Amino acid sequence: MLKRLTLAAMLSLGVAAGALAAGERHGGTLVFTAPYGSSFATLDVQSSPNTQEEFITQAIHRALYSWDSNRNKPVLELATSEEVSEDGMVHTYHLRKNAVFHNGKPLTADDIIYSYKRIANPENAFPGASFIAVIKGAEDYIAGKADEISGLKKIDDHTLEITYTGTINPGFPLMQNTTVIYPSNVEDESTFGKTPVGLGAFVFKEHVPGSQVVVEKFGKYYEEGKPYLDRINIVLMAEDAARDVAFRNREIDVSILGPTQYQAYQGEEGLKGHLLEVAEVYTRNIGFNPAFEPLKDKRVRQAINHAINSPLIIERLVKNKAYPASGWLPISSPAFDKDKAPYAYDPEKAKALLAEAGYADGFEFEVTASPNESWGVPIVEAILPMLKKVGITVKPKPVESSTLGEAVTTNNFQAFIWSNLSGPDPLNALRCYYSKTPQSACNYTSYANPDFDKLYEAAKQERDPAKQNDLLRQANNLVQDDAPVWFFNYNKAVMAYQPWVHGLVPNATELAVQPYDEIWIDETAPASRH
Amino acid sequence: MLRFTLRRILQIIPTVVVVALLIFVIFSVVPGTFAASLFADGRRAADPQMIARLNEEFGLNKPLMERFATYVTDLAQFDLGTSFRTRQPVIDLINDRMWASLQLAVAAMVFALVVSVPLGFVAALRPGSVLDTVTMIGAVSGLSMPQFWLGLLMMYLFALQLNWLPSFGYGDGSFRNLILPAVTLGVTPLALLARTTRAGVLDVLNADFIRTAHSKGMSEAKVVRWHVARNALVLIVTTVGLQFGSLIGQAVVIEKLFAWPGIGSLLVDSVASRDIPVVQGTILVIVLWFLVINTAVDLIYAAIDPRIKQE
Repeated sequence: MLKRLTLAAMLSLGVAAGALAAGERHGGTLVFTAPYGSSFATLDVQSSPNTQEEFITQAIHRALYSWDSNRNKPVLELATSEEVSEDGMVHTYHLRKNAVFHNGKPLTADDIIYSYKRIANPENAFPGASFIAVIKGAEDYIAGKADEISGLKKIDDHTLEITYTGTINPGFPLMQNTTVIYPSNVEDESTFGKTPVGLGAFVFKEHVPGSQVVVEKFGKYYEEGKPYLDRINIVLMAEDAARDVAFRNREIDVSILGPTQYQAYQGEEGLKGHLLEVAEVYTRNIGFNPAFEPLKDKRVRQAINHAINSPLIIERLVKNKAYPASGWLPISSPAFDKDKAPYAYDPEKAKALLAEAGYADGFEFEVTASPNESWGVPIVEAILPMLKKVGITVKPKPVESSTLGEAVTTNNFQAFIWSNLSGPDPLNALRCYYSKTPQSACNYTSYANPDFDKLYEAAKQERDPAKQNDLLRQANNLVQDDAPVWFFNYNKAVMAYQPWVHGLVPNATELAVQPYDEIWIDETAPASRH
Repeated sequence: MLRFTLRRILQIIPTVVVVALLIFVIFSVVPGTFAASLFADGRRAADPQMIARLNEEFGLNKPLMERFATYVTDLAQFDLGTSFRTRQPVIDLINDRMWASLQLAVAAMVFALVVSVPLGFVAALRPGSVLDTVTMIGAVSGLSMPQFWLGLLMMYLFALQLNWLPSFGYGDGSFRNLILPAVTLGVTPLALLARTTRAGVLDVLNADFIRTAHSKGMSEAKVVRWHVARNALVLIVTTVGLQFGSLIGQAVVIEKLFAWPGIGSLLVDSVASRDIPVVQGTILVIVLWFLVINTAVDLIYAAIDPRIKQE
């Protein structure tokens, strides 16, 4: 065993050495796909919560923090260091002195204050306002009761003091694409929507609405020697099948794969060697409404979890492009409990639980579902016969995806199937099961358990990350036991990339969003990329 | 002719008004809101405060009648409103996309015309021949083939297998990028036009005046050129007009598939995100486009056949 481990370690070292020896190469064009359906709504990314806009953000902008995919945590981006006060509320940031905006303005504390005020401005109704709300005084500013955000204090041009409302990790809210930093010297803010200016490694060049955004290397980017690429074409590729053709035709450099393509690519020489997989921070689930009488009973909800053969659905229908869920927090969460087993497939136990709850003859319920192939109507259809076996009749209620969110937040459902963000911040993910979180926010199943609340509140106060994670792990296990949802799976995101592309990282928060400044292409790339 | 032209142009106005009202009513009753669509993919938690702020900003918390009054007043001043998604004037968004849509529609129509009319003619002049049979089988196949599937076939064949053309995108606006989507979009009007031309020509060929022309000793070529072509043209022009008018609407699927930046893909995105002002504006523009072309066809038709004006 030891020998094998040593060999594995040597092999991986060899691979690493090989990668280093290969050396990064400057120049070339990367054709990157923005695969999530719609066109870019706006280039003013502070105003847009769409995932699609994150592809532009990553190239053009920078926030105070960024996500480090290799360390799986947020890290300082625009500051070189920070000091935290004894009580954990006041952070003093020492900003980068070499960070320059694309319009030539050097970054100062004023730009951060300006940006956070713009995001929180009640007249703007920007989605990032809820992230800025972690700063002391921001709630009053958002409500229009104050002219300044009291927690923001400029010490000097390159020193900024931020007072937060609690002992939170500010990295999570302040690394979002909606909390990026804009220059404070632009007179007409409406220009941000058409000609964005940021601190990122690439400068905006062109936008063909509905087709692509082109960015070019920024010569004054603060990371020395970066970026490697001269240009990136971020192309809209919404259709899986069209993306498949374009990828095989070597017209695009990366492609996000659906279950069918994942299966196909795994079996093809030349394709299977260039797949990047990661356990993303989404949990697919069927949420139960406790206002619907049978689902009020914990035993009924547990029975449903026992009655469905999740691994079988994942294998046959989802083509193994998922990991069975054992609780709410996903594998990539720092508070994930790897020792907690998922609900076992056990129809007999399910029947016994149903009988115990007074539903020996079963009952009928409706699942509101969108057409999504991985977490929509096809999955509900797959569970029909399984639940029928224990006496429960399920009726799918198909709705369009924008209707799903409305139905759930307005309590207009018996059950719903959805894929929900469950990381990377476990404290924020479990907020959705805190009894004081309204259903219209994210406590969609109206979950309320005093024991959970105690653990959650304790975790909120805890400053030691290890202890905090331990409390959150316990809280997560309570949720699993109470089964307010059917725990289906955690998404396995899969990206196919061309062999000449290097520097991609397993980003658990969203695999399709990649650090462009780290990416380089080698000389085997086709002529169109040179 | 002037009165006829004026009458036809004035008829557009009530149609546009009715369509505008219908669109407003439909999108007022369909479930789903712009704010809800922002977290529809589950990638972020719902934020009730943001939803409230957005609804207030866009006036969605106002009573239906009040919103309707604003909509009508704005429309009367040719103001299509402001997009929820981009916060830009709807008219600007449509302008940004219109050129690409026009390029696609014109290219598709040119392709359809150039191929279909000669084919239809030849098929009609040689009824029952191999060419006739092949043309008509092709036409029926073209009409019955789903555009999405046809587009994928085109991509697969011309991009992946033969490597002749790019499979998607607008590129730098080059002609090469236009070919595949235009051909895919052009197949349906091509098939319809080939059938119409064949039927029209056959109809004329069986008419009494053709027999008379033949009996007077007029050559086949002259008969076709002077009598058949001219009379069949009326039917062809009408079909071309109707097809051209509906092409922009039909392009929705093609534009999404080929990542073509036209108003079709703008419409799809806007419906999905419940960006109602853009949906309303885009549909209105598509309807207006159809009506204007239809009117133009009627006018051309009347010029070719003066009897139309009397009807």
